Amino acid sequence: MSAKAAKTHDDGGTRRDFLYLSAGAFGAVGVGSFAWPFLQSLAPAADTRALATVEVDLSPIEVGQAITVVWQGKPVFIRHRTEKEIEGARKTDVATLRDKESDEDRVIKPEWLVMVGICTHLGCVPLGQKKSDPKGDFHGWFCPCHGSHYDESGRIRKGPAPKNLTVPTYSFITDTSIRIG
Amino acid sequence: MASGKRAEFDNKVVGWIDERLPVFTLMQKEYGVFPTPRNFNYFWNFGAIAMTMLILMIVTGIVLAMHYTPHTGEAFNSVERIMRDVNWGWMIRYMHMNGASFFFIAVYIHICRGMYYGSYKKPRELLWILGVLIFLLMMATAFMGYVLPWGQMSYWGATVITGFFSAIPVIGEDIQTWLLGGFTVDNATLNRFFSLHYLLPFLIVGVVFLHIWALHVSGSNNPTGIEPQSNKDPLPFHPFYTTKDTFGLLVFLLFYVAITFWAPNVLGHPDNYIEANPMVTPAHIVPEWYFLPFYAILRAVTFGVNIYVAAGIGLMALAMLPVYCAQTAFKVPVIYNDKDKKNFNWNKFFVLFGLGGAIFMLGFLCQYELADGSKALALPFGQLIFATAKLGGVLAMFGSIALLFVLPWLDTHPVKSANFRPMFKIALLVLLVDFIVLGLVGMKPAAGLWIPLGQIATAYYMSFFLIILPFLNKFEKALPVPKSINEAVLAKKKAK
Repeated sequence: MSAKAAKTHDDGGTRRDFLYLSAGAFGAVGVGSFAWPFLQSLAPAADTRALATVEVDLSPIEVGQAITVVWQGKPVFIRHRTEKEIEGARKTDVATLRDKESDEDRVIKPEWLVMVGICTHLGCVPLGQKKSDPKGDFHGWFCPCHGSHYDESGRIRKGPAPKNLTVPTYSFITDTSIRIG
Repeated sequence: MASGKRAEFDNKVVGWIDERLPVFTLMQKEYGVFPTPRNFNYFWNFGAIAMTMLILMIVTGIVLAMHYTPHTGEAFNSVERIMRDVNWGWMIRYMHMNGASFFFIAVYIHICRGMYYGSYKKPRELLWILGVLIFLLMMATAFMGYVLPWGQMSYWGATVITGFFSAIPVIGEDIQTWLLGGFTVDNATLNRFFSLHYLLPFLIVGVVFLHIWALHVSGSNNPTGIEPQSNKDPLPFHPFYTTKDTFGLLVFLLFYVAITFWAPNVLGHPDNYIEANPMVTPAHIVPEWYFLPFYAILRAVTFGVNIYVAAGIGLMALAMLPVYCAQTAFKVPVIYNDKDKKNFNWNKFFVLFGLGGAIFMLGFLCQYELADGSKALALPFGQLIFATAKLGGVLAMFGSIALLFVLPWLDTHPVKSANFRPMFKIALLVLLVDFIVLGLVGMKPAAGLWIPLGQIATAYYMSFFLIILPFLNKFEKALPVPKSINEAVLAKKKAK
């Protein structure tokens, strides 16, 4: 390297500094691009992602009954709600809730409540689908793991869970069948 | 290590090898004549015991992996096949299953020994940190191993533990999906856990090597906590401690063998003999016993961080700041001292600390739910939560382990052994009881009086590290420490 080239530039950097920095930057980009496929391989694979939607026929579910279907490996609660349950869910003052959501925002048709049956605390399946199950203090669902209580609309009312039970994206294909996902 | 004059070996083959690769010289130096304090008690056995358990886990694990199938459809049955059909499979699996428990027993006693005798203090800080790292790696390995039989507790334990990551704000759920390789715990999760469960023990072996290397640089601590000063203080490792370690190991293994053969499932959970069912959560999810205290800390945080909780913690930290900084080079005005800078003004401290505590309680009560679901107290912004209870619990749990990493800098008292620190000794023994109480709380459903009990026990755990230790640094007067290990040994002999 000639003496001239090694001279410091205005900002105090030398050619050598530049070489160190650019080699370091290229090295970092290289390591990053090498690591990317490996990290990405851990994310859900194509076959897992392909199971993203499921269609459900609602016609056999009578008023007051609930079924659990599997979507993306998760239980989805589908409940045919009674008039009393709808009324109970709608008269609750939204302002008093932990996760403020009105019942109207959580359903497409008021009699059909569709939500992911996974407690928003640490992922257990709450009880309340069967007639014999405990339904918690708010006539909905009760998570036995850490004691979260959900109401008739699947909204968190008591216990450690931070959020309401998630409503998945779904649409009515016909009057009595839905597609989840 | 190859430097210096090598010993002559009688066996010519040994001598030939040693000249080219001095493994025999190394063993002779590090385990033959290695100077070891002469006053070890039986608590000093547990390092060697833990090492033996690690080897036993690797040997049994390698054989089990030859019969196990990491697939959600087959895993449970393949474990049952090991139990029923594979020759001696039942014994090897029970050895592995209970070996994990006894590995943790050994390591917990080893950690207690280190804390009681101040083994984490200078010059052994890094040795201690490597030890805590081994403990963390063990917890990860044990957790993933417990998932492999694909029973109900395996599945739901995995769901709950990986659910911790969803507590991270904004990106938490994406991280969880990435870790699981799917939207729930499933085949992808089982496969990667099997891979990692096989890998991590060898990482542990690597860190154990560093841990022992660091130990052989600083030398062992001992019950007096004073360093060897003359050649009257140490003994050669062989035959004195090879014998003592072997005896202690055999006694420990007697207990291990007794449990393995006579009560192999006493430390497990019957629900794990039911195959995993993603649609049904068991009525009561409990982790393995060695995680229970940390699980209790996780569940103790039933409240999120609102402005009152944040302000309360902030004030208490502010009150403690001069106490922390008294140990460091940072110059903080010691606001509690009298004008002559001699006496600590407790009144000033208590006012500030008490104020912080009271404000914290207000924030807690704003979120405390009464039987009807309403809150015990209504204050402006009381419901505005910056960090949810879930995130708070996860942070408290990881924090409780993180505190162990920084223990050498929280306890800077010059005297190591609790034998000469009466106040530290009491505080530490209370911590031990507290840890057992946390374990009991972790076992019970989160309801009734178990919740406040878990919260009080968690508060003591945190206070021990963050409040009691810094104060003891400043105020505890130690008992007279013997001049040398040899003198202490002779004095003890005389007293008999």
